[in-house]
Amino acid sequence: MNPMRTTRTDSKLEKILAAGHLAVTSECGPPRGSDAELIKKKADLIKNHVDAINITDNQTSVTRLCSLASCIHLKLMGLEPVLQMVVRDRNRIALQSDILGAASFDIRNMLCLSGDHQKFGDCPQGQNVFDLDSMQLLQTVRQMRDQGKFLGGDEIKRPPRIFAGAAANPFADPFDIRVRRLAKKVAAGAEFIQTQCIYNLDRFEEWMKQVRDRGLHEKVYILAGLTPFKSAGMAKYMKNKVPGMDVPDEVVKRMAGVPKDKQAEEGLKICIESIQRLKEVEGVRGFHIMAIEWEEKVPEIVEKGGLYPRPDPAAL
Amino acid sequence: MIVADRKPIEEIIEYIKDANKVLIVGCNECVTVCEAGGKKEVGVLASALRMYFMNQGKDIKIDEVTLERQCDHEYLEEIRNIIDQYQAVVSLACGVGVQFMSEKYFQTPVFPGVNTCFMGVTEERGVWSERCQGCGQCILATTGGICPVSRCAKRLFNGPCGGSSKGMCEIGGEVPCAWQIIIDRLTALGRLDDYEKLAPIKDWSKERAGGPRKVVREDVRQ
Repeated sequence: MNPMRTTRTDSKLEKILAAGHLAVTSECGPPRGSDAELIKKKADLIKNHVDAINITDNQTSVTRLCSLASCIHLKLMGLEPVLQMVVRDRNRIALQSDILGAASFDIRNMLCLSGDHQKFGDCPQGQNVFDLDSMQLLQTVRQMRDQGKFLGGDEIKRPPRIFAGAAANPFADPFDIRVRRLAKKVAAGAEFIQTQCIYNLDRFEEWMKQVRDRGLHEKVYILAGLTPFKSAGMAKYMKNKVPGMDVPDEVVKRMAGVPKDKQAEEGLKICIESIQRLKEVEGVRGFHIMAIEWEEKVPEIVEKGGLYPRPDPAAL
Repeated sequence: MIVADRKPIEEIIEYIKDANKVLIVGCNECVTVCEAGGKKEVGVLASALRMYFMNQGKDIKIDEVTLERQCDHEYLEEIRNIIDQYQAVVSLACGVGVQFMSEKYFQTPVFPGVNTCFMGVTEERGVWSERCQGCGQCILATTGGICPVSRCAKRLFNGPCGGSSKGMCEIGGEVPCAWQIIIDRLTALGRLDDYEKLAPIKDWSKERAGGPRKVVREDVRQ
């Protein structure tokens, strides 16, 4: 794979991608309390097998230790965090301020998201902000970085040097605009994409084909998102209850077809097979492995997926 | 229209229980159309309150009147000569009417008889839904005539989010995804390419965020 371009930030993730390596990221959810050891422990489990670690931002609208503080803990451990930031809870003042806060610790990656509706969380009666949307947050980060200017136009002293990413869901409705939507995110400034969990590989490959037809794979690094199933129950839940998730019947059947005590193993097997297949898809530049509350399995997935050892960014 | 919904009668009883004479004031505009505060609802509420207080052995006189509008001086003036007789007024107008009456009749307690909900349409009799939040800077020209501010639960200007599923919003409750409708509409108009234009960051100063708003038109001002 040819490197697409020179790097624009000191992000380790960007460096690895630009050098043409398949990147590996993973994510950790912060705890529902102030014990930082929990997040450090999760990070410790995966740190040698991934290039960067996403920290989720009050995912499913449940109040947790904040993403920025968690990222700082990781940074202080010498790791490479990806700050996830949703626009649900903060207005443009707070978002810009947090971007600067992250940059002050040299946090170099950010993932711009809308965020789940607060209805799903522990504060369903709370106000939501949505002063900006996720694309406008991308534009904001890029303006702050590339022009060194706040949204208000004033100059930023020591602008943030952040590699800007976004999420993409190749499976959500309406399907007809999935690629147009990606094009829009690229136009807004997305430099890397982490996709929704992929279970329907055929449909993902079809989406990638359309992505390539528009040349978008040359403009943005696409990391394929994968979440291993722990059980057949989880597969059914993801299929039926999680909006925008496409789990084919045969995958659910395959999970249900093995005895309960072997299902976790089967889930990991599916995940590893997916990596092996998707590695061959032109335009897939890496993997985002979201092993939900199952971080200890990430090393095994990475190793068996043939993605280990990770490149040393210092040597690139 | 401004859509309102009836308040629970217990709440209204709590407001007026210490009064001897109460006036219930309906409004002949929006709240009549959405069947929350017109002449008919004034009559129903007044009867229910009379019955309640009679059962309680309490002697409260409850009168009824319905004005053409409660958001204009001239109609609110129609009750100037009678309002002093009442210890309490229950306005079944939207929050606008309740406030305008309170401002005009400063010594009289005026209580809301409805919950004012939104600006919306009658989908069918008994079903009203939201269409506008009065954000002060209409963008409907760019979104195929469908408003993401009032109809997207995240008011996304560059939607849809990942929660759009089979045309419905992730919040459930049979709420259609505004962005699905926008895309369907742009497709029907042959304008789907417009979807790819990035919507600029919104100026919310024209909305509630900018503080109470006012329109002043010197050309029509007297």
